[in-house]
Amino acid sequence: MLNYIFRRLLIVLPSLLGISIVLFTVLALAPGDPFEELATNPNVPAEVRMLLRQQFGLDDPVWQRYLRWLTSMLRGDWGFSFQSRVNVDQLILQRLPTTIVVIGLSQLLAILIALPVGVLAAVKPYSWFDRIASTLAFIGFSLPTFFTGIVFILFFSIYLGWFPFVYRSDISSTGWQFFWDHFKQSIMPITVLGLAQAASMMRYVRSSVLDVVRLDYVTTARSKGLNERAVITKHVVRNALIPVVTLVALQMPAVFGGAIVTEQIFRVPGIGSLLIDAILRNDTPVIMAVTFVLSCLVIFFNLLADIIYGWLDPRISYG
Amino acid sequence: MADDLIVDPDIAPQRVADSGMLGPGPEPQLGKAIASISPWQEAWRRFKRHRLAYWSLWVLGFMVLAVLLGPLFYKVGINEVDFQSRLAGPSLKHPMGTDDLGRDILARVLYGGRISLAVGMAAMLMAISVGVLIGAVAGMARGWVDAVLMWVTDLFLSLPQLPLLLLLIFLFREPLKQAFGLELGIFILIVTVIGGFRWMPVARLVRAQFFSLREKEFVEAARALGASTPRQVVRHILPNSLGPVIVAATIDVAAAIIAESTLSFLGLGFPPDIPTWGRILYDGRDYMDLAVHWAMFPGLAIFLTVLTINFIGDGLRDALDPRRVL
Repeated sequence: MLNYIFRRLLIVLPSLLGISIVLFTVLALAPGDPFEELATNPNVPAEVRMLLRQQFGLDDPVWQRYLRWLTSMLRGDWGFSFQSRVNVDQLILQRLPTTIVVIGLSQLLAILIALPVGVLAAVKPYSWFDRIASTLAFIGFSLPTFFTGIVFILFFSIYLGWFPFVYRSDISSTGWQFFWDHFKQSIMPITVLGLAQAASMMRYVRSSVLDVVRLDYVTTARSKGLNERAVITKHVVRNALIPVVTLVALQMPAVFGGAIVTEQIFRVPGIGSLLIDAILRNDTPVIMAVTFVLSCLVIFFNLLADIIYGWLDPRISYG
Repeated sequence: MADDLIVDPDIAPQRVADSGMLGPGPEPQLGKAIASISPWQEAWRRFKRHRLAYWSLWVLGFMVLAVLLGPLFYKVGINEVDFQSRLAGPSLKHPMGTDDLGRDILARVLYGGRISLAVGMAAMLMAISVGVLIGAVAGMARGWVDAVLMWVTDLFLSLPQLPLLLLLIFLFREPLKQAFGLELGIFILIVTVIGGFRWMPVARLVRAQFFSLREKEFVEAARALGASTPRQVVRHILPNSLGPVIVAATIDVAAAIIAESTLSFLGLGFPPDIPTWGRILYDGRDYMDLAVHWAMFPGLAIFLTVLTINFIGDGLRDALDPRRVL
């Protein structure tokens, strides 16, 4: 198993390098000069500008600049936020846990909805339950998260008044009340993100179970006299989940996209709203770092999916 | 043929399009008159069986017509300010109500629809062209070219798209604005960036299709007759691999519309004075307690468009896959 994980890690390295090259290329191709302001400032003589450029190595060959950028990115030396006047890594570490919690819980919610619904729909294909579930799933993934978010706010916050519609990080209550307040304000972002995920996940589960349920070994299990419940849970679902894991991992970039939007709607102080704020305020170091961190997270989740895949599918040798 | 081992008969939808003069003619069937139904008529017949897709086509068609021709009949300017009726709900005078400046929301939604649909179509064309090109090159070249192209494809699939979209728009907005003017510059940027992140599934599809089709007998026959590689690709392989590409293209339009609306909603799409659907929604969300209609109508427009396009895609999947018996 360790060997398998190690080999997966080796495969991850090139994609990490690839992503860093893409990011650096974007940055290098982008017009605009970090010292543009100095160029238009009459108080800064041209020689000083040239010296500064030399000092920061802006005129070095591209590969040298890339290597320097990459090493500092990997060392966690991400620079200094123009706006907040703190180090970028500190800023990201503050915001990251919220995002991870929101994404994690919404994925959990999506699995809790999609798995039973998808399996039930596939066990009796084209039944009423299947039709309704499939249509709802279709509607679910045609609804953009920003629209569902707004409808949720309208209905649950404004009309019913159940939940607060702005996420607050400065809750003054303590003890159980503190957890309850946090939970209450997290319900809507998590549900919005979770439902969007559940919709596409349910379709994967359904089609994957449909593929497996017709196989001979399932018939064998039934003819052994196992009850239907055991056949489905022990024999069908485990095998059906293998392709679903890969598909869910491929969805991860979209999940992060959804998280950015959701955080923005509900004003959740996560890494996504940090990104939007940084873009609106031209805070380049923060933008670069957040994009880099999100890329790394996507790769990490792909790696995780690979490992789960290996655990679920005994045909994959750990060799 | 040893090469036949590679062929996966399940992947290849044959006879999706007319495969030219070498394609098999209509096969005579027992007990039926030999009627020559073209593959496209056959596909249309199958498509109509999918009720939801069929009705979606009508709804979408109506919406496209309304967006294109609506402003000809509904002559209210998108920037006509009417302070008498600010934040007014739907009425005869303003069927979708007004915003905080008293501008008519129906007129703005109609205008925004043009942009949304144009972005969707253009980004789809971009994604499909890049995807078909890369998939075709990888599928024909094989070897290391294929390996490199697929590595790039996998890399793009694992990029976090929305953050990169935002980053690219942040970095390139100003220069493009200066080069092509405000609206066109942003349009080109958004279409390129959205299209540039959606070609990967198409490339994979096309590559798989090419792998199986290039070993088929009719392509081999063309090769034996001395058809050059470009001719084999353009005349024989490509038309037969179009089915799944058309389905992917349909879904891509929906995805591009969502992507554009998301950008506008985050305040990073078209400039504020151009009312796209996402932008109207973004402006309207601050007034949700006073004027629900402001955010709801553009939201519903996005939802309906995306839903109908997705249903049509689903119907096309049924229609263009000849192995399915409906």
